[in-house]
Amino acid sequence: MNSVGPGYYLLLSALMFTVGVIGALVRRNAIVIFMFIELMLNAVNLAFVTFARMHGEVVGQVIVFFVLVVAAAEVVVGLAIILVIFRQRASANVDDVNLLKW
Amino acid sequence: MELIPGNDIKVLAATTIYFPLITAFILLFFGKRLEAGRLGKRVKGWTGWLATFAIARSFAGAVVLFFELISRPEHERAIAVKVFDWIKVGGFDVSFDLLVDPLSVVMLLVVTGVGTLIHIYSTGYMHDDERYSRFFAYMNLFVASMLVLVLANNVLLLYVGWEGVGLCSYLLIGFWFEKPAAANAAKKAFIVNRIGDFAFLLGIFLLSSTVGSLAMGQINAQAGAMGAATATTISLLLFAGATGKSAQIPLYVWLPDAMEGPTPVSALIHAATMVTAGVYMVARLSPVFEAGDALVVVGWIGALTALWGAFMAATEYDIKRVLAYSTMSQLGYMFLAHGVHAYSAGIFHLVTHAFFKALMFLGAGAVMHALAGETDMRKMGGLRKVMPITGWTFMAGWLAICGVIPFAGFFSKDAILASAWHEHQYALWSIGVLTAALTAFYMSRLYLRVFEGKLKVPEGVHAHDAPWTMAAALVPLAVLAVVGGVINLPGTLTLEHFLEPVVGASHVPEGITPWILAGAALAVAAVGILLARALYMTRSSNVRRRELYQRTRPLVDAARNKFYVDEFYGRVIVMPGKRLAQFAATVVDAKIIDGFLTGIGRATAGFSEGFRRVQTGYVRSYALVFLFGAVAILSILVLRVS
Amino acid sequence: MTWEQLIFGVVFVVALGSSMAMLFMRNAVHVALYLVAAQMALALAFLLQGAFFIAAVQIIVYAGAIMVLFLFVIMLLGVDKQEALIEPLPAQRPLAIGLGVLLAAEIIYVAGKGLELVTGAGANSAALNEINQNPGNVKALARLLFSSYLLPFEATSILLVVAIVGVMVLARRMSASDLVRASKNDETLEAA
Repeated sequence: MNSVGPGYYLLLSALMFTVGVIGALVRRNAIVIFMFIELMLNAVNLAFVTFARMHGEVVGQVIVFFVLVVAAAEVVVGLAIILVIFRQRASANVDDVNLLKW
Repeated sequence: MELIPGNDIKVLAATTIYFPLITAFILLFFGKRLEAGRLGKRVKGWTGWLATFAIARSFAGAVVLFFELISRPEHERAIAVKVFDWIKVGGFDVSFDLLVDPLSVVMLLVVTGVGTLIHIYSTGYMHDDERYSRFFAYMNLFVASMLVLVLANNVLLLYVGWEGVGLCSYLLIGFWFEKPAAANAAKKAFIVNRIGDFAFLLGIFLLSSTVGSLAMGQINAQAGAMGAATATTISLLLFAGATGKSAQIPLYVWLPDAMEGPTPVSALIHAATMVTAGVYMVARLSPVFEAGDALVVVGWIGALTALWGAFMAATEYDIKRVLAYSTMSQLGYMFLAHGVHAYSAGIFHLVTHAFFKALMFLGAGAVMHALAGETDMRKMGGLRKVMPITGWTFMAGWLAICGVIPFAGFFSKDAILASAWHEHQYALWSIGVLTAALTAFYMSRLYLRVFEGKLKVPEGVHAHDAPWTMAAALVPLAVLAVVGGVINLPGTLTLEHFLEPVVGASHVPEGITPWILAGAALAVAAVGILLARALYMTRSSNVRRRELYQRTRPLVDAARNKFYVDEFYGRVIVMPGKRLAQFAATVVDAKIIDGFLTGIGRATAGFSEGFRRVQTGYVRSYALVFLFGAVAILSILVLRVS
Repeated sequence: MTWEQLIFGVVFVVALGSSMAMLFMRNAVHVALYLVAAQMALALAFLLQGAFFIAAVQIIVYAGAIMVLFLFVIMLLGVDKQEALIEPLPAQRPLAIGLGVLLAAEIIYVAGKGLELVTGAGANSAALNEINQNPGNVKALARLLFSSYLLPFEATSILLVVAIVGVMVLARRMSASDLVRASKNDETLEAA
């Protein structure tokens, strides 16, 4: 028996998600931004697992499984893009990539 | 006694329309291919004969319907048949229903009978035309539309036929559309008719809202109850449509120009049938006209048109235009008859006029055919010697229209004048008599110049008589022009009695008066003919003509210029219209509408110029906006939940 | 206070603390290390809620494989690069923090409306525990994955293949002859 209510887990999930949002917006290193995105995904995963416990079934955990796979694919592709950009401009700063504008 | 059961009457009435209609569409879509096909190579022009057969079939149907009617007792001589449902919206129910009654059968016989003869004539006349089969397609379509018009048992269906004949008239006037004159004449006819049709449509709307039904029977039954003012308005609107279709003042201007079409078209559409649609319509809806005061207008417009047309016909040199003005004038007679409540006299004149005017148009066509398309009668003379059939038949038509006893025109014209006298409309009667004199004069002028005297043909032309197909149409029409009067001989009044259930009895003076009136009519006809002879046939006629011209110069010049009506309309109606269009094109369209659109374009461009600054290129700014959107949506949800 | 509450307290502090710490680390390697710490703590939270398989995968795939990939790229691009402290977009930082806090408040509000935050009510741990006993967490997951969620499962496999191929194309260094061929291709395309 778990005596800690799901509300606390959801609170933790919401706070971690917010931290991830803020980090992704204020940091400029592309890799770091990616890590904050991973943090957001993790926070959401925690929410899903909590929901699974609330409903007393494992469907929520299956969703987490899919989120994991998609996150993995996304990280791989994203890092490859960062790598290509770095080869072009010798920088991982997202603010340097601002040619596509008015 | 019924000869045929009710359902067969329906089939019979519907097929008189279907045969020409289907033939028209066959010829329209496959005419050229059929003509180029195996049969076409062996029998040149067989599509024309196909079309003629279709009309002849309708004529046969009309004859059967006629005998069916006279086999019935008088009060059962109105057979309404419903062919199919057409418009059924709520309480508004208009179906494709036809009415076979004495009036429509008379029209049916005229349209299909004259139509058949003119079709036969056309197979000869149009023989070498490159659009031979299309001509017959249009002609059949015309006959089908005309039959819809005369058979319609509700006003909306009548309007369908009304517009159908208008369309065919347009197509056939502009049949030789390579000629700018023909194309323009077609447009003129169409537009002038539109003006009348617009009024006609308004009349139908008013009828529909007043009576609540468009069925002929109901309209005529309730005509008395609709109030004099309403009835007058409706009648005047309907009559405005009739002035367009039947070439009356003020909308007659298209008819002379319509002579640009092939001559058989002029004979069928612009003399015998379509232009009489207005006359028929007034007779058909006579209770509505009787309920108000519009008949005074009808009578006077008719009388004035009769005189007006006769004046112009007397000065015109173009043989077809003389006949066109004459048609206008004779149509005026018919409306004059309606104006004095003598509907059967009007219809009687319609029938006889269809005979002799179609005859004369076809005769004129034969002359043109012989003289390589020449229409100026100053270049003709003595043609009866070289083309006897045309000459003799034309003479029959001439005597008929002049009102010489015992030719057909005498009886019908006399009936109209006698009715006018009986109604104490002496002014109308006088105009009618004056017109009769003028008619005799100008027709004699035409006939004597063209067919009598010394032989005179344009240079290099070998005049020859009409081919047998043309003669085959001329001779029967000539016979009808001679003996057509028997259908309504004074004393027997066969046609009048036949039409009585539909249009009511007409009254003529009793006793000695009709004989005096007839004598007067004959006398003025004789005066007209003798005057023409004096001016054109005697040795000193050239001198006399010059003297007369000197004396009446302003009048003759004005008439020769069609009394400047075209110019007047051009100034008063067409020019302002053009100005308005010019204004709409250069100011309203170019400045206001285009300006509005350009303004929208400019505004969009300016807005984008400013707004694109939002596109900074910084991916983190975009993410911030993204977050803002997410928070905003969530806020809305939270606020709505709480 | 049960030991579960104790462990959750530790998890809460570590997870939130290390994610906050990520915000302030200027060196990317340090950020990655704190992320690993946060993920480990989350794995514990998964365990506490009876998600045994997911907890294992969290450690093996996330904290293991993916984070190694991150570190690998960081090394490739140069460890010594530190982010500048100056923010070139002036409104970015306050707006991001403000909106973030608002977002958190709203999420907590919504979550708190559905279930009481403070009491332990709302959980159905008993049912989940029963499943975890019989047939067992992994078996239950597998049954779902290969029955109801078979189609998404196969779709993710396609996604992974596409990602692999895409990354290979992206990260390939073009040789000189490849470049020549590519430019020729471009010319023929332009000519067409």
